[in-house]
Amino acid sequence: MLAHIIRRILLLIPTLLGISIIIFFMMHITPGDPAELLLGERATEKALEALREHLGLNEPLHVQYGMFLKRLLRGDLGETIWTRQKVWIEVKQRFPATIELSIAAMIISTFLGIILGIVSATRQYSVFDYLSMLGALVGVSMPIFWLGLVLMLIFSLNLGWFPMSGRLSVGIELDTITNFYLLDALLTKNWAALKDALWHIALPAFTLSTIPMAIVARMTRSSMLEVLRQDYIKTAKAKGLSPGIVVLKHALRNALIPVITVIGLMFGILMAGAILTETIFAWPGVGKWLYDAVLQRDYMVIQGGTLFVAAIFVMINLVVDILYAVINPKISVH
Amino acid sequence: MICDNIYEALVFYKDESTALEPGLAESWEISPDGKIYTFHLRKGVMFHDGTPFNANAVVFSIGRMMKNRKLKFHGQGWSVPPQERPPEYWVSMEMDDTIDSIEAADEYTVVFRLKRVEAPFLANMGMDFADIISPTAFVKNPKEFLRNPVGTGPFKFVEWIKDDRIVLAKNENYWDKSGGPYLDKVVFRAIPENSVRFLELKAGNIHICQFPNPADVPLAKKDPNLKLVSQPGMNIGYLSFNHTKRLWKNIHMRRAIAYAINRKAIVDNIYQGMGQVAKNPIPPTMWGYNDAIEDFPYDPEKAKLELAQAGYPGGKDLPEITLWSMPVPRPYNPEGLKVGVAMISDLSKVGIKARIVSYDWGTYLKRQREQPRDMDLFQLGWTGDNGDPDNFLAVLFDGLASPAIRTQWKNKEYHELMSAGKQTIDQAKRTEIYKKALQVFHDEVPAICVAHSTVVWPMRNNVMNFKLHPTASVRMKNVRLE
Repeated sequence: MLAHIIRRILLLIPTLLGISIIIFFMMHITPGDPAELLLGERATEKALEALREHLGLNEPLHVQYGMFLKRLLRGDLGETIWTRQKVWIEVKQRFPATIELSIAAMIISTFLGIILGIVSATRQYSVFDYLSMLGALVGVSMPIFWLGLVLMLIFSLNLGWFPMSGRLSVGIELDTITNFYLLDALLTKNWAALKDALWHIALPAFTLSTIPMAIVARMTRSSMLEVLRQDYIKTAKAKGLSPGIVVLKHALRNALIPVITVIGLMFGILMAGAILTETIFAWPGVGKWLYDAVLQRDYMVIQGGTLFVAAIFVMINLVVDILYAVINPKISVH
Repeated sequence: MICDNIYEALVFYKDESTALEPGLAESWEISPDGKIYTFHLRKGVMFHDGTPFNANAVVFSIGRMMKNRKLKFHGQGWSVPPQERPPEYWVSMEMDDTIDSIEAADEYTVVFRLKRVEAPFLANMGMDFADIISPTAFVKNPKEFLRNPVGTGPFKFVEWIKDDRIVLAKNENYWDKSGGPYLDKVVFRAIPENSVRFLELKAGNIHICQFPNPADVPLAKKDPNLKLVSQPGMNIGYLSFNHTKRLWKNIHMRRAIAYAINRKAIVDNIYQGMGQVAKNPIPPTMWGYNDAIEDFPYDPEKAKLELAQAGYPGGKDLPEITLWSMPVPRPYNPEGLKVGVAMISDLSKVGIKARIVSYDWGTYLKRQREQPRDMDLFQLGWTGDNGDPDNFLAVLFDGLASPAIRTQWKNKEYHELMSAGKQTIDQAKRTEIYKKALQVFHDEVPAICVAHSTVVWPMRNNVMNFKLHPTASVRMKNVRLE
């Protein structure tokens, strides 16, 4: 087990290297360069040249990539082109915002999705089943952008239950330690800020959770239906166990294995959704940051940021693999 | 927007125009040959960190951007740290070709010696890049100064949470006691989505909303809690030609396009009335504007006539042309693609077949500069920096001055007028020069002036004294809440 984990972590290195090469060359195949965008309409030949020279854009591609690798080995992701800040510092500022939002969305979608799935499976072909599966279909198909705005109109503007955008109200003070606002508020026992931060995260997290929630619900339902037909469930029922225990203890545990895979892969969906959710709710996270970086051709941000996201993604997959083994001892990790 | 409130320059632009008035310099003199500028500085001004503002601070601030620094301090000076990155605006404005040396003659007098006569120099000294910064703060940590700005302005920098907010606080010791600052604190919130920003305003969570969707402006008018402030933008959205292609060297072709496009319909429907049809490439509020020019009317019949004179009667034998349209909203053009669609439908009415070409913004800017064969017409525009006609007319259309000029139109008469304009100090004489240049422009049609947009921002009723500036700077100094 331990050897396996170490091997998987070592495998991260070639994986990330491959990703960085692909990203690097894709980035440079795309026409347009940061100097052009930074100077915009008013770029003169002289200014462009001076800036390109300074940014090292005149070097051949393999030299530029080499410089990137050299910095990386020293643990340096470089400096952003637009804000002239260490990429690492920018990551540290924005990543917690996205992770916090993703975790909240993941909790909502997992919790609600599994409940919906179980109820649908145990009451197959009932009105509830149809309604929740219809809901799931709508959930998957709904554009996040539209949903976010509609939720905002109803719950923020008309009902006034939730704030519209941002992570924290203007006027609420919070000493940031980790930049995870909920955690920071807990650590500093700042209850006003905790309440305010929770209040701010609710709508964006719900918006972001709809697609994965729908997927989890459908997955749980079909997996449960499969398991409920198995002989050991019949045995359990025959033993006279209450239906609740059969479903939750015998069926669910087995049904959850494919669901966990899906939840693990959800991170990718969440990251994609985060771009839109962060834009609508003015959430200062990594999704919007990377998206802007691509439009602005901030090579340093694209390289450093995607590498970081990719590393997290690979690690989560590893954790999911380990979780399998924990949930189902029959699967051993090789 | 942020710097407008933290920093100040030697000269100020007036509240609602780009006319110059004394700023950190109380007065100035220009030598008869136009090459020596002497600024007499205001006394008793302090930077936010307590550093006194004086001639040495000016030499330091402007001097740090020079490539070859010929600087002279008065008494104990500053050692100027090496440059991190070539200062973009400084290089774009060709300041290294303009300024020769800067000298602190005494504690409150600074002398700039120029390499050449450059009429827009004084106006340039009012631009953001020429703001005066605290040398103490800069020397302490040049790299981090960007994130810890210290100036003499009405507000002090407090904090910056990336992509979330920037907070400024009142500068209690501001030198000008005649007006503001009145607000204790100003918070600039980053709300990227236009409609959400407007909803935040409607809900009363913010006081001023910049760049609303055009469609939200009528809603703001109806809302009893909101009012609108508007300002004709110092900008031009234009449609120009690929002058390197033989087809567009033919003036009849250029005129045909000018007559064929219904610009009024574009301003009414796509700018949603927030703009005016342009007949000159500089806005009407700018000196040098030539009101005597008679605009091209929308006249498909005349367009057809010109087309026939160009050798393509009814568009026969004319290959399909491309019309490059901008993928992003810009201050001078809210929706380039829609404008492009309207234009090609107008062109088809006179027999010119055209199709839209668009790229993402970075690619668009880069390829446009290369004047590729697959580009016939292109949309672009400009927002002025300093209120000087040179900043529009030379920068945009004098193709003989540099291959970097986006419109590679090469006209000797126009080029000579541009050079004369730069080298004449007297504004009355320059006005005549630019009026003449605008006549040449109209006769030769190197580009079709589409529109000057109007900037409209909604705000809460209790916001008093907020004005929009033609340069798009945002000044909070005299703003009050009731």
